[in-house]
Amino acid sequence: MPEFFHRKIERTAIGFVVAIIAAASVGGIVEIAPLFTIDETVENVADMRLYTPLELAGRNVYIQEGCYACHSQMIRTLADEVDRYGPFSLAVESQYDHPMLWGSKRTGPDLARIGGKYSDVWHAAHLNNPRDVVPQSNMPAYSWLARTPLEVDNLGHHLAAQRAVGVPYTDEMIANAARDALGQATPDSDAAFSILDRYGEETQVSAFDGVATSVTQLDALIAYLQVLGQMTDAAYLDTAASELPPDAEDRDVTQAEEERN
Amino acid sequence: MSKTEVDPATGEQTTGHEWNGIKELDNPVPRGVLIFVVVTHVFAILWWFLMPAFPLGWTYTRGLLGIDQRATVEQAISANQAERASWTSAIETSSFDQIQADESLMAVVKDTGPQLFGDNCGACHGFDASGRSNYPDLTDGDWLWGDGSAEAVAETMRVGINTSHPESRFAQMPAFGRDGMLASADVRTVARYVYSLSHPEFSTEENLESIAQGESLFAENCSGCHGAAALGDAETGTPNLTDAYWLYGGELDQIIESVHGGRAGHMPTWDERLTPVERKVLALYVHSLGGTTP
Repeated sequence: MPEFFHRKIERTAIGFVVAIIAAASVGGIVEIAPLFTIDETVENVADMRLYTPLELAGRNVYIQEGCYACHSQMIRTLADEVDRYGPFSLAVESQYDHPMLWGSKRTGPDLARIGGKYSDVWHAAHLNNPRDVVPQSNMPAYSWLARTPLEVDNLGHHLAAQRAVGVPYTDEMIANAARDALGQATPDSDAAFSILDRYGEETQVSAFDGVATSVTQLDALIAYLQVLGQMTDAAYLDTAASELPPDAEDRDVTQAEEERN
Repeated sequence: MSKTEVDPATGEQTTGHEWNGIKELDNPVPRGVLIFVVVTHVFAILWWFLMPAFPLGWTYTRGLLGIDQRATVEQAISANQAERASWTSAIETSSFDQIQADESLMAVVKDTGPQLFGDNCGACHGFDASGRSNYPDLTDGDWLWGDGSAEAVAETMRVGINTSHPESRFAQMPAFGRDGMLASADVRTVARYVYSLSHPEFSTEENLESIAQGESLFAENCSGCHGAAALGDAETGTPNLTDAYWLYGGELDQIIESVHGGRAGHMPTWDERLTPVERKVLALYVHSLGGTTP
């Protein structure tokens, strides 16, 4: 009988098209659709932070320069990856990544927990010419980033677009996006203080590329790299990996766990 | 036109179609391929029941084996930790002196240290730990912070330098020129004095007067941190300006640059990223690379 069915369906064009679509969509239905309906796919954590406008701009630079082509941001559930990079990545850590930048190729190392591992000065030197700090590196130089001013006027639109896909930016954040971006890269300015109110005390205010008088694409990219893996402590809880949460000294881990539940 | 017939050469039926004289056999699927398809289907169906598989709206089938990738990796990490426990617990509980006296533990340090150093420290300090401008050479006997003992190195690693760690080591050289604390001529004068400290040949007859001016500028502006004799202080991370070790370069131009723009190096804190045992191993490894006295 199956032979009869196949003979019949392959002789009707529409029927065959419908059959192909049905077969091809099985993968999507099984793998993608549940991500929207199964609640536990994305962990629920209380301390998840938002990208500041400068960090979001840096994320755009990361995409613009194609960093994802050689760097993943996904520590897999494998013991040797956890040993090298830190606790494996959780879905919630990419909750506000639209689009996600997990990547699938590692010409360079994984960057999911690069934040805080190196100094701003190191990142500035390394992006200007990787060979200056790591002689055997085969990463291209991105020396123009330091010379390219960051376009901040449109950052409000970027925040609004992120809100449209579910990132909880407030009207106030969107209205002050340009000011916040400049403030985060200009320590001791008035704008630098108001950003802490809006995005939390853990926001890193720094003259990322070492020049406090201008805000460049390099500032934005370093600001972004320095928060990778720092947006929530969730990955550090309930794990056999021995690393402590990024701010373990001033944070009660059990309390954080209660918040989580 | 669609008429099945038997192919005389193979004895198989044709599909009955004819394309410009070409006919097609209507063979069944080869047996080997058919077996392969059946076996993989059976395997897939078994796998559906054994492993997490089907979405069911708000949840999914967990599978009879109850396998969870996250639990699996946690077990693997714990197993690795158990395997290393023989030396990690010894290193954790022993003092630096005890470890240095224990050959088997130092063998672990020599084996594990370079790996940890490569993963975490080499990007800045160089994979041979010889440093470069702005990143201290760890193989020499000159230490900015502490006496170069493994304890002091471990403490620097734990809290970092100029970090957000509550116990961070702090050291900042003000930007005397840029921030207008010294006129640019005075910046050059004091730099000439500093340069002469490590380069005695610079104190020629014609330079003596400007060096003397620089000395009095140094006494007013610099001696508070660097000390009257410019010997620095390893308790506050102030460099000795009379020796041959220079983090930002010891040429006259480079000294002028440091006095003009100031310096505030940053070493990340490794308190969160590395375990106490890992830091201890690294500190002992770094200590083993260099001398303890300049």
